[in-house]
Amino acid sequence: MRIKNHPIINFAYKKKISFNFNNKKITGYEGDCIASALHAQGIRILTRSLKYDLPRGFFCGIGKCSSCLMRVNGIPNVRTCIAPLKQGIKVEMQDKFGKLPSEEFHEKSKEVLNFEVLVVGAGPAGLCAAIEAAKQGASVLLVDENMAVGGQLIKQTHKFFGSENEKAGTRGIIISESLKKEIDKLKKAGKVKLMLNSTVIGYYEGEKNLHKFIVIKRKNYDSVLIEVNSKTAVLACGAMENMLLFPGNDLPGVYGAGAVQTLMNVFGVKPGKKVLMIGAGNVGLIVSYQLLQAGVEVTCVVEAMSSIGGYHVHAAKLRRCGVPIFTSHTIKEVRGRDCVEEAVIVKLNKNWQPIKGSEKKINCDTVCLAVGLTPSTRLLNQIGVKMDFVNEAGGYIAIHDNLMQTNKKGIFVAGDSSGIEEASTAMIEGKIAGISATLLLKYKDGKKIQSKYIKDLIKFREGPFGEKARIAKKKIEKLVEEK
Amino acid sequence: MIHSYEIDGILNQKFLKLPSEKQIEKGVAIIECIQNIPCNPCIDSCPTGAISMKDINALPVMDYDKCIACCKCVGVCPGLAIFVVKSKEDIGFITLPYEFLPKPVIGKKVKLLDRAGRIVGEGIVKKVVNKDKTFIVTVEVNKDLIMIVRNIKV
Repeated sequence: MRIKNHPIINFAYKKKISFNFNNKKITGYEGDCIASALHAQGIRILTRSLKYDLPRGFFCGIGKCSSCLMRVNGIPNVRTCIAPLKQGIKVEMQDKFGKLPSEEFHEKSKEVLNFEVLVVGAGPAGLCAAIEAAKQGASVLLVDENMAVGGQLIKQTHKFFGSENEKAGTRGIIISESLKKEIDKLKKAGKVKLMLNSTVIGYYEGEKNLHKFIVIKRKNYDSVLIEVNSKTAVLACGAMENMLLFPGNDLPGVYGAGAVQTLMNVFGVKPGKKVLMIGAGNVGLIVSYQLLQAGVEVTCVVEAMSSIGGYHVHAAKLRRCGVPIFTSHTIKEVRGRDCVEEAVIVKLNKNWQPIKGSEKKINCDTVCLAVGLTPSTRLLNQIGVKMDFVNEAGGYIAIHDNLMQTNKKGIFVAGDSSGIEEASTAMIEGKIAGISATLLLKYKDGKKIQSKYIKDLIKFREGPFGEKARIAKKKIEKLVEEK
Repeated sequence: MIHSYEIDGILNQKFLKLPSEKQIEKGVAIIECIQNIPCNPCIDSCPTGAISMKDINALPVMDYDKCIACCKCVGVCPGLAIFVVKSKEDIGFITLPYEFLPKPVIGKKVKLLDRAGRIVGEGIVKKVVNKDKTFIVTVEVNKDLIMIVRNIKV
């Protein structure tokens, strides 16, 4: 299942790592997560459902769902998609409720950290926010739950659209590398502290206008608690893959598009042999093309809308490789005993109703869902900022002004968690939010460059493909005024 | 109104402003970018200023007389939507972006595919340039195929 040759990514499988899975010795590679090492060995069932004992596999691939919880070195509920593989570890399918480690839970130690700006999420928005805030002189703590910085950028092998300002013509993975370099430089200079494998799990109102966040830092599959007191915070928590309702949608082999990208573009593991793609928006089209580049067959792309939602140029790239795109079609069901074995698609009429007799069997072992994203807002909810449902933004989002500030002073948002868009706009939003945070503090030099970023963002959304974002942000503006 | 390419992903040539026979003989870049995407690297890449755009969301407009078929834009277009065509008597040449392995080899035969991925003939690889991991491949084809072939299979 390993990708040996790839036209864009150089997978240098270096050191072999052996570990134990259900009392069997298997090997992975250094840099793998536990789930990717298992997947590479053809192990797709990672856990079973609580009530009906149904098989569960990888789904989101970014530590947001609970489909990959396993017991590692006796510790239950480890998210194996974001847990690094280490030599000699013992991985087990856990008893469903996740029995606690045999020894008593030890008293957790707690560390306290103080920062001027806390940035949650080190994807394109969070990285840019941290860089800009640090450049203004603020002390910055950047927290991310993944093993590496870059968020979804590290999976984007295609060249980005935009202008020179947005690094157009450059592949996402290269943009991610250059942002990482900037962060590393700021880290060395003592201006940014980076905490990976760490999740912000709680919020308390602190004293003297301070915000108190509780962070859990994972170390050797166990964790330590950290209390972070910050004057301001930028929440760039990204988004979660949407699920689609159909029989068999819980079978291992039904993966979110992000998970497919994680497996093949981060870990060099093929998600399957034959993939059925659901959704012809930009994500569905791009991931289909990336699957072809990884040497995986894409049987077809199915889209419920009557037209392709993504850019024509992305669709054209797929079509000229011979991949059909069926608009006005949807998935009816997925069949298989323990994993995906085949799928059935069906044509839809004008009223979105399946047309009887139009069913078509698709021979595939993987179904990839690229049916949109929902902003990750759990932390924002807990903070208690004003939220509202904005359809065009992808669901509930924090109401924010054009400086990216929520109704709670010092709490900012950026990127997909402030409304689903794409990496280029996430980066600009991150820059704006990062500077906004410093302007609340004693740093006053960012004003001018910030207004340039605000103008860039408006320009970027001016075209027909920016319509949804324009509508979303307009609605949000109105909600801010009502406040 | 929904255009046909929005339904099946296949572009009909009627949406393109095509070059004249003479311009094709000299060699020109065909930009198959027909939607208003906020994007403009092609303009910055053009050494002769042949490509223009009102603003970042407008469509690129190619001045076929100014185009020198240098293929620079083929390598920078993030949509892989630019193709250079040229003809010499009965022989045609098409330069296209290619991002798959194995790498096309100069002098070797490759299958020629149209916009729907159908095999329409065979061609010979004449030139391969690696531009930031996108191969810019020039293939010698039957002249009649230069506006049909948009992909190859090694």
